[in-house]
Amino acid sequence: MKKILASLAVAGLVMAGSAAVAQEEGHSAAEPTHFPIHKPVQMDWSFAGPFGTYDKGQLQRGLKIYKEVCSACHSMNLVAFRTLADLGYSEAQVKAFAAEYTVQDGPNDDGEMFERPGLPSDHFPSPFPNEQAAAAANGGAAPPDFSLLAKARGVERGFPTFIFDIFTGYAESGPDYIHSLLTGYSEEPPAGMEIAEGTHYNPYFIGGKSLAMAPPLSDDQVTYDDGSPQTVDQYSRDVAAFLMWAAEPHMEDRKRTGFRVVIFLLLFAGLVYATKRKVWAGVAH
Amino acid sequence: MSEGHSTYTPTSGLGRWFDARLPLPRLVYDSFVAYPVPRNLNYFWAFGGILSIMLVAQILTGIVLAMHYVSDTHLAFGSVEKIMRDVNSGWLLRYMHSNGASFFFIAVYLHIMRGLYYGSYKAPRELLWILGCIIYLLMMATGFMGYVLPWGQMSFWGATVITGFFTAIPLVGTWIQELLLGGFAVDNPTLNRFFALHYLLPFMIAGVVVLHVWALHVVGQNNPTGIEVKSKTDTVAFTPYATVKDAFGMLVFLLVFAYFIFYMPNYLGHPDNYTVANPLKTPAHIVPEWYFLPFYAILRAITFNIGPINSKLGGVLAMFGSIAVLFVVPWLDTSKVRSAVYRPWYKLFFWIFVADAIFLGWLGSRPAEGSYVAMAQVATLYYFAFFLVIMPLLGLIETPRRLPNSITEAVLEKNRGSGSAHPEGAAASPETRG
Repeated sequence: MKKILASLAVAGLVMAGSAAVAQEEGHSAAEPTHFPIHKPVQMDWSFAGPFGTYDKGQLQRGLKIYKEVCSACHSMNLVAFRTLADLGYSEAQVKAFAAEYTVQDGPNDDGEMFERPGLPSDHFPSPFPNEQAAAAANGGAAPPDFSLLAKARGVERGFPTFIFDIFTGYAESGPDYIHSLLTGYSEEPPAGMEIAEGTHYNPYFIGGKSLAMAPPLSDDQVTYDDGSPQTVDQYSRDVAAFLMWAAEPHMEDRKRTGFRVVIFLLLFAGLVYATKRKVWAGVAH
Repeated sequence: MSEGHSTYTPTSGLGRWFDARLPLPRLVYDSFVAYPVPRNLNYFWAFGGILSIMLVAQILTGIVLAMHYVSDTHLAFGSVEKIMRDVNSGWLLRYMHSNGASFFFIAVYLHIMRGLYYGSYKAPRELLWILGCIIYLLMMATGFMGYVLPWGQMSFWGATVITGFFTAIPLVGTWIQELLLGGFAVDNPTLNRFFALHYLLPFMIAGVVVLHVWALHVVGQNNPTGIEVKSKTDTVAFTPYATVKDAFGMLVFLLVFAYFIFYMPNYLGHPDNYTVANPLKTPAHIVPEWYFLPFYAILRAITFNIGPINSKLGGVLAMFGSIAVLFVVPWLDTSKVRSAVYRPWYKLFFWIFVADAIFLGWLGSRPAEGSYVAMAQVATLYYFAFFLVIMPLLGLIETPRRLPNSITEAVLEKNRGSGSAHPEGAAASPETRG
């Protein structure tokens, strides 16, 4: 009986959800007014849920994607090399990784700026000297910084999904969005839709029907040495997970602490409740 | 109920010495130990205590955050991220503080609802209610300015929109806006004065809370029946009865709070605030924090001119009016009966009002276009009608249910109804809880 009720409830939710989506998409297909055209696809993430943890192998692959592909245009100013130890790298590996970058420092005692190899205390250097240069090289708009992207992007969930999210603990809208966007280029625009010159149609893009960034990933573009599939889908998952870590490096600590806090509060509340029962036992109220 | 004289008797020599010079222990004893509270209070009466601990938690986390925060437009966003990444447990402090603001408002909304439902604003508690309204107003100012400090996109654009309201005021509007901003647009002077005021206002709140609690201790607590305390059997001592019950209520509230801090800390925020403020790039939809959404919906519902008042000023007046009306509630309600328990029609309109306020909140998060505008207008109309029409009229025409003679009688009646196995009812029926 419980199962039947549960499946009925699920069916009801799915219908309500799809009705809401249908309503959202009720506007003209060629001239949409609300973006994104498609909601992000919900993925399974190792870091979802109250006991979620980052998959270190995935984060390392994501770092590789960032370094070999994304970092040509996207900065990641807030992330320091030293924090890469979280990805399972040793101190020596972090030092070697940082040293591959060239960082401007100074002025020295002669008043000159100079270049030196990166140190673990340095942050990822930007691909462009300043925001204006980044914008000039990218058709007028600077590519967004990656440090917080996984928290700075989130497609509205709509009613009533946003209420269910409280109970399911859904907090992965950022990585879902990034993955959907990166894998969403393959769709053809609907007939009659005009795509501005130099932009690329992507129904998952939150800001319009097309974006300036060309499809950045293709199959077998980056070599994985752990045997993971070298597909756009896998690349997208890995870089989305990596960006979640970049935006929320203390997430594992947060969830671990949270578990202890909740257990403590539950036990304490139980004891106080028993005390309350005892205290009030003789008093009608 | 403080008419009874103090029963505090110091037991030690030091206690007697102190009591003769500064009777602070006596004040604490009389206020939090011997203080008589109605025996029939339910868990909605725990929100006063919950709000006190939220205020203390916000001030404590806020002071530590202020040690790391930099109120400069070039550095503010980065300094918050430094707190999140490099300060020991900085992420915890910051998430406690940002979610704490939301939970402060959740608690205050339930506290206000409790007051409206049980008629806690009626004589002799008018000043108590007005002090509460002042606290709420100060909370709104504090919450708004706090949201500006991280200097994200919503911080900047929210501040631009909200300070823009003041320009609607004739003659002095622009002057007030420029005074708030410290210039012609939201910029470094704005951030600096908002930081200073955000640090100051919580202490002003604490001051008004002292007056609020003082007024409460003079007139005594209301209770679910709305009947005044008449005899000693109507009350129990604050400690242990109210303390242990409040403690349980607080812990349940903290559990929900902890769930949000640790498992969905960004649920109540807006993703755009993780993008640094950019005065040249307007977000697609500018929305305030969730706790302001009903008022934002009321603001945008006025899309028409009323005589000499244009729609912009009309919207601003409606929005401020929706809060100002709370101050005169004690005189708008004409009913002689306090509690909605004995007012069948008021009860119905009250719950419609609650649904209406939540609906307005949802509308505030929608773009002001199409059918949303019409819905917001209807909901705004009901919001004001509830206070200005229903409250005064209902008191005159509604026939209330029969009131018990005393709190004790109400409690015994209820226990007889629910626990028929106890013929005497009064003495022991631990399974029935208020």
